[in-house]
Amino acid sequence: MYQWVPFWPRTAALNAVVVNNLYIAELGVCGLIMAMVVGMMVTFCIRYRNGSAASRAGLAQKTWHFEIGWTTATLVAFLVLFVWGASIYIWLYKSPPGDIEVYVVAKQWMWKIQHPGGQREINALHVPVDKTIRLVMASQDVIHSFFVPAFRIKHDVVPGTYETLWFKATEPGTYKLECTQYCGLQHATMKGEVVVMTPPDYAGWLSAQGVNQSLAQQGEALFREHGCSGCHGLNSTVHAPTLDGLYGSLVHLQDGSVRRADERYIRDCILAPRTFTVAGYPPVMPDFSGQIGEDDLMKLVAYIQSIGSQRVSR
Amino acid sequence: MSSVAVELPPNYANEEHTIGSWLLTRDHKRIALLFFASITVFFFVGGFAATLMRLHLATPQGLLQPSVYNRMFTMHGVVMVWFFLIPSIPTTLGNFFIPMMIGAHDLAFPRINLASWYVFNLSGLVLLYALVMGGVDTGWTFYTPFSTLYSNSYVFAAAMAVFINGFSSIMTGLNFVVTIHRLRAPGMTWVRLPLFVWGIYSVSLVMLTATPVLAMDTVLLAVERFIGVGLFDPRRGGDPLLWQHMFWFYSHPAVYIMILPAMGVVSELIACYARRPIFGYAGMTIAMMSIAILSFFVWAHHMFVAGISIYSAVVFSLMTYFVAVPSAIKVFNWTVSLHKGRIIFDAPMIYALGFVLLFTIGGLTGLMLATLAIDVDVHATYFVIAHFHYIMVGATVSAFFGGLHYWWPKMTGRFYPEMWARFAAILTFVGFNLTFFPQFILGYLGMPRRSYTYPPEWQAWNVLSSAGASILAVAYLLPLFYLGWSLVWGRRAGPNPWGATGLEWTTSSPPPKENFERTPVVKLGPYSYDPERGSYITQDGVRHA
Amino acid sequence: MPSRTIAPELQYADLAQQGDTAQLGMWVFITTETLFFGALLFTYFLYRNAYPHQFALAARDAVLWCGSVNIGLIMTSSLTMVLAINAAADGRRRALANWLLATAFLGVCFLAVKGFEYYLDYGDHVVPAVNFIAKPGEAPAGELFWVFYFVATGLHAIHLTIGVGLVLYILLWRVRRGEITSVYYAPLEVVGLYWSFVDTVWLFLFPAIYLVGRS
Repeated sequence: MYQWVPFWPRTAALNAVVVNNLYIAELGVCGLIMAMVVGMMVTFCIRYRNGSAASRAGLAQKTWHFEIGWTTATLVAFLVLFVWGASIYIWLYKSPPGDIEVYVVAKQWMWKIQHPGGQREINALHVPVDKTIRLVMASQDVIHSFFVPAFRIKHDVVPGTYETLWFKATEPGTYKLECTQYCGLQHATMKGEVVVMTPPDYAGWLSAQGVNQSLAQQGEALFREHGCSGCHGLNSTVHAPTLDGLYGSLVHLQDGSVRRADERYIRDCILAPRTFTVAGYPPVMPDFSGQIGEDDLMKLVAYIQSIGSQRVSR
Repeated sequence: MSSVAVELPPNYANEEHTIGSWLLTRDHKRIALLFFASITVFFFVGGFAATLMRLHLATPQGLLQPSVYNRMFTMHGVVMVWFFLIPSIPTTLGNFFIPMMIGAHDLAFPRINLASWYVFNLSGLVLLYALVMGGVDTGWTFYTPFSTLYSNSYVFAAAMAVFINGFSSIMTGLNFVVTIHRLRAPGMTWVRLPLFVWGIYSVSLVMLTATPVLAMDTVLLAVERFIGVGLFDPRRGGDPLLWQHMFWFYSHPAVYIMILPAMGVVSELIACYARRPIFGYAGMTIAMMSIAILSFFVWAHHMFVAGISIYSAVVFSLMTYFVAVPSAIKVFNWTVSLHKGRIIFDAPMIYALGFVLLFTIGGLTGLMLATLAIDVDVHATYFVIAHFHYIMVGATVSAFFGGLHYWWPKMTGRFYPEMWARFAAILTFVGFNLTFFPQFILGYLGMPRRSYTYPPEWQAWNVLSSAGASILAVAYLLPLFYLGWSLVWGRRAGPNPWGATGLEWTTSSPPPKENFERTPVVKLGPYSYDPERGSYITQDGVRHA
Repeated sequence: MPSRTIAPELQYADLAQQGDTAQLGMWVFITTETLFFGALLFTYFLYRNAYPHQFALAARDAVLWCGSVNIGLIMTSSLTMVLAINAAADGRRRALANWLLATAFLGVCFLAVKGFEYYLDYGDHVVPAVNFIAKPGEAPAGELFWVFYFVATGLHAIHLTIGVGLVLYILLWRVRRGEITSVYYAPLEVVGLYWSFVDTVWLFLFPAIYLVGRS
């Protein structure tokens, strides 16, 4: 539908469709203002060039009327665009639960993708069409930025935390994935592809990857390997919070604050447990910072997401 | 046009000839020329980096090694921002003309003015040291943790260069603020000040309040780089985003530091060459002061996709829209200032009209960036590069060249060759648009910034941009030659060759060292042009044709 | 000692305007310095808010008696500075010289105590990246507290050293040549303003560094 717009990038996701309309409206408003300015300038330059016969009598002394007039008009136009843009932004950045959650680790200079079924990719992301894909992204080193122009989505990937992004692709095809935050020598080549497939093709791709353990299962193995089950397991004698059904619930911390147990919270607890001690529990959880890489952290998160049903949150 | 070398009568420039009289001068006019020499050198250093970049980007394979390209775009940014754009108009045109325009004999603190030049050059030497030793590859924004923990380049030296450079900015700003407050001639009330003075005043307020924060930023960056203790390292309790907040808290006002003096210059040019008062003087001054104040409330619009709270992003977007309003007022006022004028299309006017058009495009695309959902798409792409170059280069550099030509006869006592200057001005406009308009398209298509290579399907736009850059380079080099020529062979100029109304035009060209024999007394507003009768009135009440 | 007649500089109509303008200049400069230290304090409080417990633990090793002695010294030096300015306004040249000397002396004492405190800090193993050893419960932000400590007190010490230099300049150059008179003593007032500012900075640094978590 946007093929008639010259020099227009492909539109391949629901997110992009919404942004397109705003973009064209904004180009229109800007074009109008530019036309007015150019029009006035050219008209005045010709009409009032030195030596022309036009009358210069009656120079406007009171300028307030005009100034308040065009100030108000521009302000109104701006506020409309602002509200429109802000509402789309909030929709774009509040990640919904998603049909499929994919984990992305950015590092100098590649994108590492982990699917919930355990499939791994480098610099490629295979997804089915018409499904809401939720990305949970971490950086292993510096700040990167995940950008898919055809979907009009972008989010910086900042070390030390998780960022989330969602999209719903509407057209099968292969689309550019770029890193847009300068991250060092090979930043320009930190590119990839988002491959959107029809459901049967996608199912075929998944099974062709030759994986026998889902991400959550790999996480469970790590859970035991790092000794987490020693305190958090069912038969533990240590007074530690149970993780069954933790994901998504509200947690009351020692310092009085309340956090929702999302991916970020789980990662924070593993890497800085003393800062995020749960109220009523002794601060004895060992610190795993520097010991578990971002890839493995995501597996642990996937595992904890999978255990127990959703707790009722107060 | 005379081509015989003519000797000038005694003036500020030829009164004393020794090197000491220049290097130890307290005369604001000589200091302005000293600064002019320094910033011109840096303009060509930064321009050289840009030339290499555009030559490299003409093909996807490029010419430079990736590590060299990365150092080129960093040095281009650092040099152009701190060593050209921020100082240019204030330290050259501002230093030369602020005292004259307010009827003073010099700035309030002449020694601090000279010290500012030495500090500026010292910071330049430190930066050149970093450049010669191998350069910096972090981008001019020094984002952490890349700059503090991962970059193998001379970040510490570059941070120190910027730190020292900040002192030069602060000294200049302090001098202007105090001078404009205390040294105005009798009768020169605030509402009779020319708009260039208001431009310098408002920019000085921003320089004074924003630059100290940059100083602290560079101290913390240098400390972190030197001892790696984790200030911005998430593994050790630091926050990488804190750097961005602190950096942009200065650097957003900094971009207004780069445009406010240019806005002041353009108002002078349009008033003089349209032969009428600027439309809406009060609105123009309120607009400049509003821009100065509001510029401090929008910094996080550089961080919309960085992971800040979406609600604070909404607030910053709104504030960014607000700061665009006074700029829009100025554009309309400049345009309507052509109405019922008697417009002359000399080179300064061509630069001024070019400024208005290019600033409008830059400003409108800035609005698009302020729109949150659009920014998500075009942030950190060539769209942003095109936007800020339209303002910084299209607008600011055009205003600088326009002001330089306008005041050239006053500073040097010589006319520049008008036809060459008009040609250069038009060539600038054409070359500029050809260089940067394709970059809007590249950005929307998805080309990230700071990339040494790109997919082949984007080559056509890159070639157009590089072609434009070669035209722009010629347009910027031309004045170097004909202005230099005019110093020896240019036609002699009288005190007021353009028939302008400012106090600076009441002195001889070039002016004497003390500017005015007697302190002038001001009775009229700044733009006593009468387009209806085609005349203008000077401060002594005399009407001239 | 002869008193020289001072003429205003070329751009000033009279000495009063020159003195007035110099003071405005110093106020403007102080504003920039406020933003400089303000940015540092802001960052400090940001991290302190994020890691209150770790900052409190780290701050316990700050040598309170040194900080307290110093606040007494510097506030007294502000008093002596004001007394110097009063003496100048009254034309009492000997008193002026003495009070200036006292101010400089107190400033040097401050620096000496600070230097001794740094020596003690080194012994306590709190110098980041040099010999820092994190106490239990302090990591990782405890070291950040000490980074702020050294940056803040180091910068303050540099400013104070410049202040002492300025006071000595006024004393040994201007006062000795009779250029500070009851008619015109603006250079002294300007240095006095700067000195008060350096004092005020310490008033903010002292509670931020030494009084954390001691209530």
